Amino acid sequence: MAVKYRYLKNVVTLEMDETKCNGCGMCIDVCPQEVFTLIEKVSAITDRDACMECGACARNCPSQAISVRAGVGCAYAVLMDKLNIKGKCCGDVCGCSLDNIPEH
Amino acid sequence: MSKEMTRLPMVDDRQSVSCCADEQPAGSYGDPADANWVTGQLQTATGPVCRVATSLDRKDLLGTLKTRCSFGRMNYRIPPALYAVGKPDSDSPVLVSANYKLSFDHLRRELAGLNLWILVIDTKGINVWCAAGKGSFGTAEVVRMVDVSGLSELVSHRTLILPQLAAPGVAAHEVRRRCGFKVIYGPVRAVDIPAFLNAGCKAEAAMRRTRFALADRLVLAPVELAGMIIPLALFSAALFLLNLAAMLIKGDPFSFLTLPVKTFFDLAPFFGAVLVGVVLVPALLPYIPGRALAWKGWVLGMAWALAYSFIANPTAGWLQTAAYLLAIPAITAFIGMNFTGSTTYTSLSGVVKEMGTALPLIIISAGLGLIALIAVYFV
Repeated sequence: MAVKYRYLKNVVTLEMDETKCNGCGMCIDVCPQEVFTLIEKVSAITDRDACMECGACARNCPSQAISVRAGVGCAYAVLMDKLNIKGKCCGDVCGCSLDNIPEH
Repeated sequence: MSKEMTRLPMVDDRQSVSCCADEQPAGSYGDPADANWVTGQLQTATGPVCRVATSLDRKDLLGTLKTRCSFGRMNYRIPPALYAVGKPDSDSPVLVSANYKLSFDHLRRELAGLNLWILVIDTKGINVWCAAGKGSFGTAEVVRMVDVSGLSELVSHRTLILPQLAAPGVAAHEVRRRCGFKVIYGPVRAVDIPAFLNAGCKAEAAMRRTRFALADRLVLAPVELAGMIIPLALFSAALFLLNLAAMLIKGDPFSFLTLPVKTFFDLAPFFGAVLVGVVLVPALLPYIPGRALAWKGWVLGMAWALAYSFIANPTAGWLQTAAYLLAIPAITAFIGMNFTGSTTYTSLSGVVKEMGTALPLIIISAGLGLIALIAVYFV
């Protein structure tokens, strides 16, 4: 099995209101990092530190039970944003494309 | 803190973040029927639909190679439209994809022998993941293309299969509400699509995970190296001038032969640092201790600086050694930190935290290293 990469601990902004969850399992389907597990028909965050804050779960939750400050975990993009330089990302200099995963 | 946070790309204002923007005027495409990847036309109730090849030809592969080497990377796109694979009918599945040619090529070469529709939406030539992140692969564009393509008259079912990595941009329940089509998220990788379809549109857990193997980590190295050419050229010119100035000031006898040779040897540890940062850090990523990518870069850079100073260049003075030990790990730490954008697992919060610690240290270390490096030439 492929390694599961671990990034920094206790930093992500992912929150889940389990009382709102309707158990549809959409968050489990869309999460590329296996953050959620369905426990007794309610989704639970079982691996928070694996979250990469892509925002797929929150966007696809029909009952708005999930919140996360979604964004791209790209230092270059953050740097360009802080320096207020626009339009340099995903261009020739940026590797944030993730072209490397087929079907992207 | 909160003020800074609000300036970072967030879900709600993704449409306005011009991060990846490079918008070409619409209608700049040629006729897709003439494209090398179109094998003919299928006559349908709503008009002709181009049938696409499920294998890549020489022209496709050449295009991929050029794109990988960062030439014309931003203008490698196909016209948004409905396409056919094989002989699809009204019951055939509909796959939705981005109009980045590389994404489209990845998809179609996995579809040999299948009969289905591909709805290519306009993501401005950006791949699925990036486009979903900034909203151009979004709910509105999917709904728009469903409408424009006349899909509801062409197929009897009401199901769209989207790549899983489009999910950050598309709200499945919103698509259904707005155009009546149910969204099913397919596997992360195109290679799993036949198995996914065979299983009745069910993705196994393994198909839902991103993969970040050695080849995935290194595929962007050529683009990154290409990006280093200008900084390295400027640095080379600076070292050349430093050598020239030092020789003139010290009154050393010099020739036009020793000057470039000396500059070349002065550059070697820094060329090495760039290769360590761009190639070795991604290659050894899972095996380097620690979690922060700047730290991983620093570790390998320090190893290279130590190896160079004490093995390749043991006669160097303390100032030269100090310059290398300060400047080289700073360079590799910075390159490592920037690799966060190429990974499949780093979060924005983590990157912001990592940068807060690493960036000041990198700047101090690089600054001191640079001072020491310049001083070496004049003492």
